[in-house]
Order: sequence, then C-alpha cells, then structure tokens
Amino acid sequence: MAEPAQESESHGAEDHGHGHDDHHQESWFIHYCWSTDHKMIAMQYMFTGMAMAIIGGFMAYVFRMQLAFPGIEVPGFGQVSPTEYNSLVTNHGAIMIFWVAMPVLIAAFGNYLIPLMLGCDDMVFPRLNRLSYQIFLISAIVLLGSFFVEGGAFGGAWTAYPPLSSKAEYNMTPLGAPLWVIAVGLEFVAFLLGGINFVTTAMNSRAPGMKMFDIPIVIWMIVIASILFMASVGPLIAGAIMLVFDQTAGTGFFDPDKGGDPVLWQHLFWFFGHPEVYVVLLPAVGIVAEIITVFSRKKLFGYKTVIFTALATGLLSFFVWAHHQFISGIDPRMANVFTVTTVLISVPIAEMMFVYIATLYGGSIRLTTPMLWALSFIFAFIIGGVTGIFLGASGSDIYFHDTYFVLAHFHYTFYPIAILSVFAGVTYWYPKMFGTMLNETLGKIHFWLTFIPYNCIFIPLFMLGLGGQHRRIWSYENFPELARPEYYALREFATISLVIMLLAQFIFIFNFFWSLKSGKKAGANPWKACTLEWTTDQTPPGHGNWKELPTCYRGPYEFSVPGREKDYWPQNEPEPEPEPSAS
Amino acid sequence: MSGKVLQLSQKMPAARRRQIAPNGVIGITVFCLTETMFFAGLISAHTLFRMQTTATDGWPPPGQPRLPIEETALNSAALLASGVFLFVAHQRYRAAASTAMRPMLASLFLGAFFVIFQGVEWVALLGEGLTMTSSAHGGFFYLIVGMHAIHAAAGLLVLGWAYLRLRRAELVLSQLLTVEIFWYFVVLLWPILYWRVYL
Repeated sequence: MAEPAQESESHGAEDHGHGHDDHHQESWFIHYCWSTDHKMIAMQYMFTGMAMAIIGGFMAYVFRMQLAFPGIEVPGFGQVSPTEYNSLVTNHGAIMIFWVAMPVLIAAFGNYLIPLMLGCDDMVFPRLNRLSYQIFLISAIVLLGSFFVEGGAFGGAWTAYPPLSSKAEYNMTPLGAPLWVIAVGLEFVAFLLGGINFVTTAMNSRAPGMKMFDIPIVIWMIVIASILFMASVGPLIAGAIMLVFDQTAGTGFFDPDKGGDPVLWQHLFWFFGHPEVYVVLLPAVGIVAEIITVFSRKKLFGYKTVIFTALATGLLSFFVWAHHQFISGIDPRMANVFTVTTVLISVPIAEMMFVYIATLYGGSIRLTTPMLWALSFIFAFIIGGVTGIFLGASGSDIYFHDTYFVLAHFHYTFYPIAILSVFAGVTYWYPKMFGTMLNETLGKIHFWLTFIPYNCIFIPLFMLGLGGQHRRIWSYENFPELARPEYYALREFATISLVIMLLAQFIFIFNFFWSLKSGKKAGANPWKACTLEWTTDQTPPGHGNWKELPTCYRGPYEFSVPGREKDYWPQNEPEPEPEPSAS
Repeated sequence: MSGKVLQLSQKMPAARRRQIAPNGVIGITVFCLTETMFFAGLISAHTLFRMQTTATDGWPPPGQPRLPIEETALNSAALLASGVFLFVAHQRYRAAASTAMRPMLASLFLGAFFVIFQGVEWVALLGEGLTMTSSAHGGFFYLIVGMHAIHAAAGLLVLGWAYLRLRRAELVLSQLLTVEIFWYFVVLLWPILYWRVYL
C-alpha cells in the first residue's frame, strides 16, 4: 500500500466513531438483538449455542432411552418410531457439531476474546459480524422448523450420503431433507463471514507492541481454525448445492442413472468433514492452554511448539479425509496412503498434549473449577486420540466401521471439545463476562457429576462396539446376537449415566443464573492472569472495552518471572524504571 | 528477564498499531480464497465425472449437444478485456482520480455484455435439449457456469457502486482495491472454467 487510504479505518469498528462513554439511549431491542458490539454478539452466539445444546442433549436422551428400553414410552417424548429415531440421531449429530461446537467455541469465544485479547475496541467489520449472527439464527430456525414440516425432519445421518439423502422415495422426508441441507449451508455462510472478520482483525488490530508471538494461544488457535474452516468449506458448499438440486430440481449429480456418482458426495463431504474436526478442536485446545498456564502459574512450555503443531495439524487434516471411506469401495492403494497420513496426524496433536503435560509439571497447580475442566479435557481427549489409531488403520477399520466403537471414539474427541472445554472456557471467563464469580462448590459438584457419568456412558459403548453392535439401528430386538441380556445391561448402564449427566446440568444452569445476581464481585483480574482481557477499566468491559487502548510489552504467559514481587506480569504493564524494583 | 534486556527494550521506539493492508483488502482476499476452494470443489467433481463419462460413453455424452466453443471464446475475450480496463482504471486513479471514470465504465459494459451473452447462449442451449435434468453433464454445465454468472453479476453491482462513488469523488483507494480484487477473481476464474467445461 503506497498511498494511505483517506478514510479512518484505524483499528476498529467504523460505527464507533462517536465517543465510547457517551450515554446514548438504546432501546432494549437495539441493545440485545441489533448490536454490533462484539461482546453482545458473542453472548448471542453463546446463548443460542447453549439452547441448541439442551435440544441436542434432549434428543440424545430420547434415543438412548429407546436403545436401552426398546418400545418404552419415553417420559417427555412418548414412543419413538423408527423414522423419529433416525431424525433424532441425525439432528443430534448435526446440532452438536454445527450448532453447538462451532458457535460456542469459534463464534462466541472468538468474538468475545479476539478484540479483548488483542487490545482493540471491536472487530474490524462489526456489521458483518451482526449479519453473521443473524444468518446463524435463521439457520437454527430452519433446522428446528424442519421437525414440523410434512414428513418430518431429515433422518439420513449427519453425513447425508446419497442416494438416501438425495431421493425422497428413500428418505421419505421430501421437505426435511432439503431444509436440512439449506440450514447447514446457511450456517456455513454465517461462519464464513465470521471467519473473514476474525482473520482480518487478528492481522490488523493488535495492540501496539503486540508481535506475532505475543498473541495468546487461544487467539492463534481460533484464527488457524477459521482459516482451516474457510479453506475446507468451499467443496462442501459445492456439494451441498448439488445435493439440493438433486433433491428438488431432479438433477443427477449423485445419481448413477444420469451419469452421476454417489461416492463423489462422500469425497466432497469428508474433504470438509475431517478438517472440521480440527476446526473445533483447535479453539478447544487454545482455551485449555490459557487455563493450564494460569492455574499452573508457569509459562506455557513450548509456546511456539503449540502454534507449529497446530499449523502442521491443519495442513495434514486436508490429506486424511478418505479414512472415513475405507469401505466405500475406494481403491485399496488409496486406503494405504490415507492410513499413513491419518496415523501421521496424531503426531503433532500428541506433541501438543505433551506440551500441556510439561506445562503442568512442577507448576503450583490450583484445582479451580476451570482447571478441573481443562485437565479432564486432556484426559478424555487422549483416550479419544488413542482409540482413533485403530480406526485410522484401514485393516482394523474394516471391522470397526460403523460400530459403536467409532461412535464412542468420536464422542471421546467431540465431547471434550464441545462440552468439557466449553465449560472450562465459560467458568474461566465468566467473571470477565458478567462481573461476578461462579460458585466454586457448585461448580465442582457439577464437574464431577458431568465427568464421571460421561465416562460411564461411553466406555460401555466401546465394549458394545467391540462386540459388533452396529450404529443407527432403532431396535436390536431383531438381531439375536445383539439382543442378549449382557448387552442390554451395558446399554442400560450407559443410558442411566446419560440421564444423571443431563440432570447434573441443572446445577450449572442454577449456578450460572444465581451467580449473576448473588455471586461474589470478581474485580478486574480474579485469576491473576497476564493477558489483556483482564486489564479492562470496567468488569464486564463497557462499550469500546478500554477508555485508552492498551499497549503490549511482552508475551502472554509471563508467570513466576524470577526477581519480581508478583508471580504474574500483565502484558500491558510497562517495563519498570531502570532502578530495579526488587524490594 | 535480565537487566540487559530491559535496557534494550527501553531504547525501542514507541510501538504503533500497524495495518498490514486495508481491512477491506484482507477481507475480500480471504473471501476470494474461500471461493477459489468452492470452485475447486465444483471443477474437481466435474473433472472426475468427465473422466468417467469419457471412458464409458465418450464426450460429450451421447444425445447431448456440443457446447458453443467459438462464441464463448469471443465472450471470454470480452470478460478479459473488462479486467484489463479495470486495471487501466486503477492506474489512472493513482494518477488523477477523475480520469479513471471512462475505463471503469468500459469495464462495466464489457462485464455486462459477458453476462447477457451467457444468458442468450443458455436460452439457445436449452432449446437444443441441454437442461439441468437431461444428464449430469447438463447439470454440471449450468451449475458451474451459473455459479460464475452469479459472481459476475455481484461483481457488476459492486463495480457499479464504485463507479457511482468515483463520479461523486468519494471513492477511496482501499475501496477501489477491494472491488478490483473481487472483479479480478471473477475474470481470472473464467478461463479455467472455460478450459475445463467447454474445451
């Protein structure tokens, strides 16, 4: 750029030109529903995501009840028909990934943290940000609305393989299937707009003095995840458009009768689908990194290692997609190649986990609620990673394919991502978001009542999977070898654990709202952390975040620096005067 | 941190908040890269389909009309010329903003000609029996060319907006660059689509 642009696009929102502390009157609607403020949009994303999590959890409850006690009148739902069962498992998966993990981890934490951690007043494109949430909300409404159209919601599994997804005479949901694809497409548009915003903000709006390697890990991770998302989503949107045309206009992209190819969809879907795992994983490990360093009072062990492993993971994730298709009739030579890349991708992620464990080593660990969540994330994710090796190797995958072993494996990856790390992040940043502390006792009860039942749900499912229990079957009554009492005992145990876990979430909901009013006042920096979001003038931060935007002097994890009185050194604190301040 | 490091850092000049490029330029670049992946998805799907069909039935698929290669070559030239005119407009804008109006208008007209000509061609092909449902070949043709046409139409809208701002002397360089990047994306994408779909 030789010639500076004339307009003032200095570092933040263009409609923040007026002073930040003027008392303009905003109606309730403008303030809560039409806001361009990044914190409000983050809250909108977070609460929508949590509402969707409750809906998705309820779906899990209904179909688990049917699996453990076939034919039972499920309390709160009634009898589950095979069609309903299919649409429930399909939408449980879609909701938990696209309407819970994505909006909460990337959009909510991204919107909230990026400007606050980078020390600027808002995203660079605030109105694009508002549009992003509005499109997301419409997508959620379209998805939920599809339950009430003729034929019911789509039930062809969240992977939507044709011809089941493309032909109404097979899936029997002539309206539900296109609405489902449209909802997913709209959701992607929303995150595309959000991702553009995140990348541009992180590139252009960092506080003065904040160099690339002074950026907190969680911001790095959210930005890398956004780039991964945007690089991988194009082919899926192409596939989704083709699928909608197949469903509604009678084209034959995936129809062999008209020269099309159903496996083409699988390639387009999984080219996106596998990077998508890392799109939601990276923000989660970013959140965990922040929490582990703060509560170990130690510098993050290998800051750059984490960033480079994340980049390596991101790159590799584009070359592993066909491990989902080992039994789709792909060339066996291709399966060998994808086995190698799949096993390879566990190397950088394992390295990242070692970095976290090394950070814990020798630290003065404080087992607060957020720290418990973060540690449980590492525990659960390692189980998920190790079981994944068996599925990545094409030889063993041929046996494990589409069994409950796969299901338990990806719940040991997605559950830590979408639930454990989200609770870690929410309990950690709650004091900054709302100005009060969550109750620690209730928080710990909630943690144990979530974490123990969680393992009790999925460890039995590993066993069932090894026993040959296939996925996506409404009732095992017609499979004598799977309807044995010992199998039912495991299913019932998992289902009862699920009910306990879901009931425990009421503790969190109560704690959340009770602490809003009655929680202890948090102050600006309750955890004694170094990053910039803890240095705002007000807590919760006001419009514009700071009266005078901060300057950054050092990296984000300067804990227990020798020779300093305090064991943390905020990023915005100027260097001391030449006279040594040791006292 | 040793004392020496502190000494050094105090001599550093006051840090400034630096922009790598205008926000709009970064935003539209990221967007165009995403779009590149979108079209890469379409083109790779089409290429696979074409390889399979050529091996079994020959190309074009039996019973389907031949695509108008020559007319479209002419039309492609119009679109490329539109891109060249926009480049000229950029150079003129850097020298004196008001002189950029004429090349920009030429770019707009050539772009509009391209989109309209495509529409005329579609009507003719529909008449010859190539429809979205007649075969996967027809489906790919209308999908890929149609997706490009939607981008071209959107590009024309923002070009028109930029032209109106230029006439009122309100256009700033970062806005022109943002519009330009998108239009260059539309223009440069087309030869690839032409090569893969028509030839």
